[in-house]
Amino acid sequence: MTTSTQAEKARRLAVHILLAVGALLMIMPFLWMISTSFKSFADSMSVPPKWLPVEWHPDNYLRVIQTIDFGTYYLNTVIVTVGRTGGQLILCSLAAYAFASLRFPFKNAIFLALLAVLMVPSQVVMIPSFVIMREFNWLDTFYVLIVPGIFSAFGTFLLRQFFMTLPKDLEEAAKIDGCSYFRIYWNIYLPLSKAALVSLAIFTILASWNDLLWPLIMTSSEEMRVLSIGISSFQGQHSTDYPLLMAGALMATLPIIILFIFLQRYFIEGIAMNGIKG
Amino acid sequence: MSSPITVTTKPPETTAKRKVGKLAFHEAMWGYIFILPVVLGLGLFYMAPSAASLFLSFTSWDGLTAPQFIGLDNFANLMKDDKFTGSMLNTMLYTIGTVPLSVALATVLAVLLNQKIKGMVFYRTFYFIPVITMPIAVGMVWKWLYNSEFGLINHVLGVMNLPQPNWLFDEKFALFSIVLVSVWSSIGYNAVILLSGLQGISGSYYEAASLDGAGTLYKFFRITLPLLTPSLFFVLVMSFINSFQVFDLIFIMMDQQTTMLESTRTVVYSIWEDGFKYFNMGYASAQAFILFVVILIITMVQMYIQKRWVHYQ
Repeated sequence: MTTSTQAEKARRLAVHILLAVGALLMIMPFLWMISTSFKSFADSMSVPPKWLPVEWHPDNYLRVIQTIDFGTYYLNTVIVTVGRTGGQLILCSLAAYAFASLRFPFKNAIFLALLAVLMVPSQVVMIPSFVIMREFNWLDTFYVLIVPGIFSAFGTFLLRQFFMTLPKDLEEAAKIDGCSYFRIYWNIYLPLSKAALVSLAIFTILASWNDLLWPLIMTSSEEMRVLSIGISSFQGQHSTDYPLLMAGALMATLPIIILFIFLQRYFIEGIAMNGIKG
Repeated sequence: MSSPITVTTKPPETTAKRKVGKLAFHEAMWGYIFILPVVLGLGLFYMAPSAASLFLSFTSWDGLTAPQFIGLDNFANLMKDDKFTGSMLNTMLYTIGTVPLSVALATVLAVLLNQKIKGMVFYRTFYFIPVITMPIAVGMVWKWLYNSEFGLINHVLGVMNLPQPNWLFDEKFALFSIVLVSVWSSIGYNAVILLSGLQGISGSYYEAASLDGAGTLYKFFRITLPLLTPSLFFVLVMSFINSFQVFDLIFIMMDQQTTMLESTRTVVYSIWEDGFKYFNMGYASAQAFILFVVILIITMVQMYIQKRWVHYQ
């Protein structure tokens, strides 16, 4: 008994060391961002680069807020992100349920056609997309920032794969009881898929939060600008103000990190579902 | 089902068939209703502009004046274009270098991050940090690590008396150097997807295996891995799709150099050059179309062979 607990302790220590070394490698650029955000401009350009600022400039953060309209950009980004994420979670899960569980003609062909959307480089569809959005009179509105973003082949594929691992016996029982397909989706599939829905939410939030090219091309007025555009304005054609860029990026990223810390508890709770299966 | 009246009036199989037919119709109808919003939205906002781009691949277009229809000229020229065939080869090398390594490491990481040990919240967050770190910061740090004069990597190699290559500026090492950064930045992303896949695996399998005296490795290969295959399939398909379209990483790591190395020009980088630097949108669209066909074939092959290794319930 004691040897097995000792072996267990040794194993845990090994896991800790392995994870810690890897984690250090992963966060190095992020630490660099933090350090650069406190540097003076001259300091940030020094060759070879220094890990710590020579003199500390916390006022960089204040200067970011004074230079760009941070409040408006933040609010716009939150509105766009909430709209896109909410829409995707509903529409993708609905389609994913149909693809995973229902039988209908041409199912696999339609599914492959949806995936094909992911295989066209965004660089060549930008101009045709711009023309379509102009025809819709959606340019420079929240419509252009939100509506196209609520349809996702990635999200449908991700949830379909997860739905296909769910046990079928519950669904069969519900069918015999006369449950409609929508109720099976709503009362069985969704509650059992929290972990997958959370990971889709994380990726959608992240993609929407950092999306630069689409809002840059589709909006023009100051009131419609989002965070990613505001931060990239510190990146000049010839010289980049790295300290302000990093300070702005950190202020923009902080809510995402906090959200990730909160949301990941669902990666544990998901295990609870297995009780139902037995 | 088999009431005496039906048996006397009609053969029972026909009624049963009709009932099944009605149920199947009902099921199919709801199937179409559920996928309709996504199909319509993707059709309008993604497939329509893609179709427009396909049309442009048969034209010569500078982005300003009206496109000129030139038939298959763009495709004929591409076949003779060493820059394009070279970029296709680089893209494939990049994909082969990145995808297997990243997915394998992400699988191991996801299993490690799925344990109940202290500080797991922090580990998970740290491994996800590369995904949320600003790409410019990622580029700056890696360029510094790779720097031939004062970079950390060559400093360590120098101490060990090993050769110190000029990583990002040498045709022999540049693509390999970018593959390393790519693996580094995609492990966390893939691990989060696999981590959510691990939540679908019932603990009862492990309990049963433990009672039989199964070891850690046995559990990993006989329980975890097979039940994780639907998520692994997703990660693999998406990794191939994304790797074939790599652009940002090339742009960040290479673009501030005076000339683009031949060994690191990928297809989408070439598309970007032709479309937005030389304003030859037709030629760029033709390259995108060929790339699309290549990715589509690879995805279809993966869809076909999944029956052999992906375990669905």
